[in-house]
Amino acid sequence: MTIEILMPALSPTMEEGTLSKWLVKEGDKVASGDILAEIETDKATMELESIDDGTVGKILVEEGTEGVAVNTLVAVLLEEGESEADIDVKAPPPKESGDAAVRAEPVEARPEAKKPAASLAGDPDIPDGTEMKSQTVRDALRDAMAEEMRRDETVFLIGEEVAEYQGAYKVSQGLLEEFGARRVIDTPITEHGFTGLGAGAAFAGLKPIVEFMTFNFAMQAIDHIINSAAKTRYMSGGQITCPIVFRGPNGAASRVAAQHSQNYAAWYAAVPGLKVIAPYSAADAKGLLKAAIRDPNPVVFLENEILYGDSSDVPEMDDYVLPIGKARIVREGSDVTIVSYTIGVRESLKAAEMLAGEGIEAEVIDLRSLRPLDMETVIASVKKTNRCVVAEENWPQCSIASEVSSRLMEDAFDWLDAPVLRVTDADTPTPYAANLEKLWLLSADRIVEAVKKVSYRD
Amino acid sequence: MAKASTAKTKSGAKDVYQASKDELLEFYRQMLLIRRFEERAGQMYGMGLIGGFCHLYIGQEAVVVGLQTATEDQDSVITGYRDHGHMLACGIDAKAVMAELTGRCDGISKGKGGSMHMFSTDHGFYGGHGIVGAQVSLGTGIAFAHKYKEDNGICLAYFGDGAANQGQVYESFNMAELWGLPVVFVIENNQYAMGTSVKRSSAATALYRRGEGYNIPGRQVDGMNVLKVRAAAESAFAEVRSGGGPVILEMMTYRYRGHSMSDPAKYRSKEEVKKMRDEQDPITQLKDIILKLKAAGEDDLKALDKDIKAEIAAAAEFAQNSPEPGADELYTDIYAKPKERSL
Repeated sequence: MTIEILMPALSPTMEEGTLSKWLVKEGDKVASGDILAEIETDKATMELESIDDGTVGKILVEEGTEGVAVNTLVAVLLEEGESEADIDVKAPPPKESGDAAVRAEPVEARPEAKKPAASLAGDPDIPDGTEMKSQTVRDALRDAMAEEMRRDETVFLIGEEVAEYQGAYKVSQGLLEEFGARRVIDTPITEHGFTGLGAGAAFAGLKPIVEFMTFNFAMQAIDHIINSAAKTRYMSGGQITCPIVFRGPNGAASRVAAQHSQNYAAWYAAVPGLKVIAPYSAADAKGLLKAAIRDPNPVVFLENEILYGDSSDVPEMDDYVLPIGKARIVREGSDVTIVSYTIGVRESLKAAEMLAGEGIEAEVIDLRSLRPLDMETVIASVKKTNRCVVAEENWPQCSIASEVSSRLMEDAFDWLDAPVLRVTDADTPTPYAANLEKLWLLSADRIVEAVKKVSYRD
Repeated sequence: MAKASTAKTKSGAKDVYQASKDELLEFYRQMLLIRRFEERAGQMYGMGLIGGFCHLYIGQEAVVVGLQTATEDQDSVITGYRDHGHMLACGIDAKAVMAELTGRCDGISKGKGGSMHMFSTDHGFYGGHGIVGAQVSLGTGIAFAHKYKEDNGICLAYFGDGAANQGQVYESFNMAELWGLPVVFVIENNQYAMGTSVKRSSAATALYRRGEGYNIPGRQVDGMNVLKVRAAAESAFAEVRSGGGPVILEMMTYRYRGHSMSDPAKYRSKEEVKKMRDEQDPITQLKDIILKLKAAGEDDLKALDKDIKAEIAAAAEFAQNSPEPGADELYTDIYAKPKERSL
């Protein structure tokens, strides 16, 4: 039996990578532990080790090939006594990966053409005729930080692995090189301490960007986010300001289970004194992070690990800064309003496409900012559609969806033809098993179901 | 620069600050001002004019006066909720502090912070924090800003023996030493964290040694003697200001009153308190020195006390007559206004 070398998954969210270099050639003898190739993911360059002894029989994917899906057969090793004739080249690439399947859209569902795009049309912050470039959310965030650090000497980035490692999720790539160790600072693993340090530095006139490797770890530090950063302006009668950004990935990643998969949006959005932003598109990630850094208040900026690699149009402007507190209508429609934010927008847009096939035109609103919450835009839409579903990748109780529903009841009751429905994750800790995680997660299918219900079409 | 090692202060000439006569009288005036302020605050609390929690500093005056008189203009201060004394020692107007205690519009936080949450950016005073230990990380951040801005400032982060058992204190020690931050960690060891004595709360009671695992030198100082406190301040500040990284000063002190106004202080004997008052009171100790050195006479000190009482009476009067904040103040000072966007 020949030994199949497959493209490995090198992180919980990796779906594909670049086979950048082969370090062996056909006919080479290799031992277990030898490095066969270098693989570049969107986060790092990793080495592919041989797990067996043998001879390289055939290389099936050439070096330099981009977008090699996880579990693609990349090479075949021959065991002792085997020859090239033993190779069954028809070995099926790529194999179904448990990992990629979890997220409901394995590789074939992700091509750009098929992905419903969030529309930037009609954005008053983008002048007509502005050129667009396609960029990942990750790079947009990096550019936002770099631009603001160039503009303002008091802005600095602090957190775990932000400097020499280039960011646990590669968001801060290149910043250390440009700005040096004085302004891009690796901390010990010490969330409570460095968050307090950041807030103190902000009191004293600096503008820290505090990166949490994930917001799950910010629970260690939440006292400083709320008691120190959010409240001190009020308690000091306006004397102390705390211009600080707390940012990092929030919400479920993939297959990392309960302690690493939680959405904290509703927690922070409940606190007066904080502003809370959760962008979906690359353009919003850039424009709103720049706004957050410039804002004189503490801003909790919630990113999403799954979205880091997603590309979308970013306007090529010298200084693209968006207003905080404005929702964006990412798809216009007349029959029902779907309100969402961050990764929920992706599911909502998918649901809208599915619904369009059944003659229901959904308007999709990306809240973008959760505090302040732009209910004006939501209510205007509901006055037009008379129906609303709030789709949120979060637990249902005391969620942003609960808040939006409640506010619609208070302020738009007479325009509603059906009760507002919330579509969320299941009300359980996040499970690890692939099938259970899929059941737990918010999905386009469940949004479609809810829309049909409020449209009395089920 | 080589770092001094952890040590208890031994009595030697340089451990006692050689103060001029003017300095002696100024230390005395400041300590007495704090004492009289706190006595009056206690009285006003009893009259229902001050609400909520009110933690008095009586007994600990030498600590803050000995340290704050050694600071420079660019330095900054942060402390916990037992903060009235620190504010007065920073030169903040007693009227604004007292009016904050009564929750009036002329209070330093417009009546919105209260006893535990007061600030004065004009005096480099960063609070006034109600969460035990939070000021240590925040103060480390203020020190970070001093270093970042290269303004030659140092930050004094005060905390108690109770806060010394909080995890974030050690996270802060680690970063402060790692990055050579100009911060003086002042542990005001008044021997009781609310009702729990140091012995009952701390596996190792030599708090000045708590930085050893981080290479931070610590010194234990008689916090009831303002001249010893000041001497410790001189050497520690010089070391920190010259880039030597943080220093820990454990100030051995004592509070005469309960933890807060609502604390009956059943966890210690009346005799223990009386003994401290009789034998180690910081104001009496300094008074004896002043009289011995003939820096001033009994009559001069009596006249000074009278002036201070008048100042405090005026502050109390002001704090009672200042109006409550307007209802519209409920919704102000939550967010700072962003500057106009540049597009």
